[in-house]
Amino acid sequence: MAFKEIDLNMGPQHPSTHGVLRLKLAVDNEVVLRVEPVVGYLHRGMEKLWENLTYTQVVPLTDRLDYIASLSNNLGYVLAVEKLAGIEVPRRARYIRVVLAELQRLASHLAWLGFMANDIGAMSVLLYGFEARETILDVFEEYCGARLTIHGIRIGGVPHDLDGALVARIRKVLDGIPARLADIRALLDENRIWKGRTVGVGTITASAAIEYGLTGPPLRASGVRWDLRKDLPYSSYDEFDFEVPLGRNGDVYDRYLIRLEEICQSIRIVRQALDGLPEGETSVKVPRVLKVAPSEVFHTIEAPKGVLGFYIKSNGTDKPERVKMKSPSFINLQSLEHMCKGNLFSDVVGILGSLDIVLGEIDK
Amino acid sequence: MPELAADRPDFRQALEALTGRFPGAVLSSGVEKGESAVRLRKDDLEAVLRFLKDELGFNVLEDIIVLDNVRTAAEGGKRFSVLYQLYRHPGASRIRLVVDVGDNEGLASAVPVYRSADWAEREAFDMFGVRFEGHPGLRRIYLPDDFEGYPLRKDFPLEGRDGGV
Repeated sequence: MAFKEIDLNMGPQHPSTHGVLRLKLAVDNEVVLRVEPVVGYLHRGMEKLWENLTYTQVVPLTDRLDYIASLSNNLGYVLAVEKLAGIEVPRRARYIRVVLAELQRLASHLAWLGFMANDIGAMSVLLYGFEARETILDVFEEYCGARLTIHGIRIGGVPHDLDGALVARIRKVLDGIPARLADIRALLDENRIWKGRTVGVGTITASAAIEYGLTGPPLRASGVRWDLRKDLPYSSYDEFDFEVPLGRNGDVYDRYLIRLEEICQSIRIVRQALDGLPEGETSVKVPRVLKVAPSEVFHTIEAPKGVLGFYIKSNGTDKPERVKMKSPSFINLQSLEHMCKGNLFSDVVGILGSLDIVLGEIDK
Repeated sequence: MPELAADRPDFRQALEALTGRFPGAVLSSGVEKGESAVRLRKDDLEAVLRFLKDELGFNVLEDIIVLDNVRTAAEGGKRFSVLYQLYRHPGASRIRLVVDVGDNEGLASAVPVYRSADWAEREAFDMFGVRFEGHPGLRRIYLPDDFEGYPLRKDFPLEGRDGGV
């Protein structure tokens, strides 16, 4: 058959792009030659808005970035502000933050598992994943009344304490997750179709992954031991015992296994934090109108999707001079072309899914 | 109270290597809140990036940040500051490079050195209009191609122009 290059558009309205993303594809029969992601359909000018709000008013807006893991955005921004303003957070608040952030990671990974399996055609996994995630969202609802856009972290601490009833409930939720995970693994791990669509698909080597600035589970799936909870610990992560799971092949299957393993590690961390929950205050007093002397910081956390960073420059007023967000999904999406080149057209959906992007934080 | 570079051995080493290799390139340096920053002469940017990556192991460009200095530019400073956040893995150390660039000046692209600079530079161009020379396809990334103006500049109104897009 004669060589014929065809241009194809995927999106901006497409069920597997999880938001509004357009991919400009060039294919030769079934093989992908080029992929160019077109982003910006959800651009709300967040960084411009933040420059015109007080430090405290920015926090609920960060919920709207990665809306699958809104609490991680709260944490990333709040930690940067606290570093900038020199605010020390009580130890109990730091532990509660770890509990909430790891529950959020569980919720994010479980949602990803469902979406990813659904993209490849395993519908029932979507329901199992979301059922397990639901139990975590219920915990958030009991904690602060919100399920998705949680706004569960405040400058200086956390808005509420964890009481005995909620701690017991979190333990019960954690106990229920491994069984669900086992169900999902029984469906997928050795499933011929699943392996056919994921093993050896969308491979990226460790050196290429670093070159593209890839972070989070996709980077660790390529075998790079880079987890900021270990490398640059924040919020007392250095007080907990957990492993950093690593992949070997850097393909879609390894990205799946890494996230499953991270779910188990997160459960471990939450249990340790609940066991060792120190007594004390849950927040320090922060001025209602927080003014910060001129300075600048760049602070990063290990969010469920990768390294989330906030650069904040202050100018002495109650509003930041500039806030720049380093969005993990934005950087990770950049390597999509590298992963897709030479793969089958039908695998683009699976590769895109394996990156776990959220358009809210890509488009800002 | 600014901390001294001497308190951070890894930064002091990098700084000494940098000043030894590129005399006159470092305009100022300092450590603030535990973060080290180096202000560079604009023309040396690409060579310094390559040196930091190849010889000092700063293998990741995490982000490119632009600041609009419109309020201080009237007093003789340049309009924009472009900040490069570099990260060394393994080792988990960071360095921030700062380059000042005028309103109508170009700046060497970091893409030949760091592949990940591609979208970061497109974003900086989209939001501030900073021109990166040598970028393989410098065009807007978020906004439509026919959008006029650069929204993150301080003189761009929050409400948008002509009722927005």
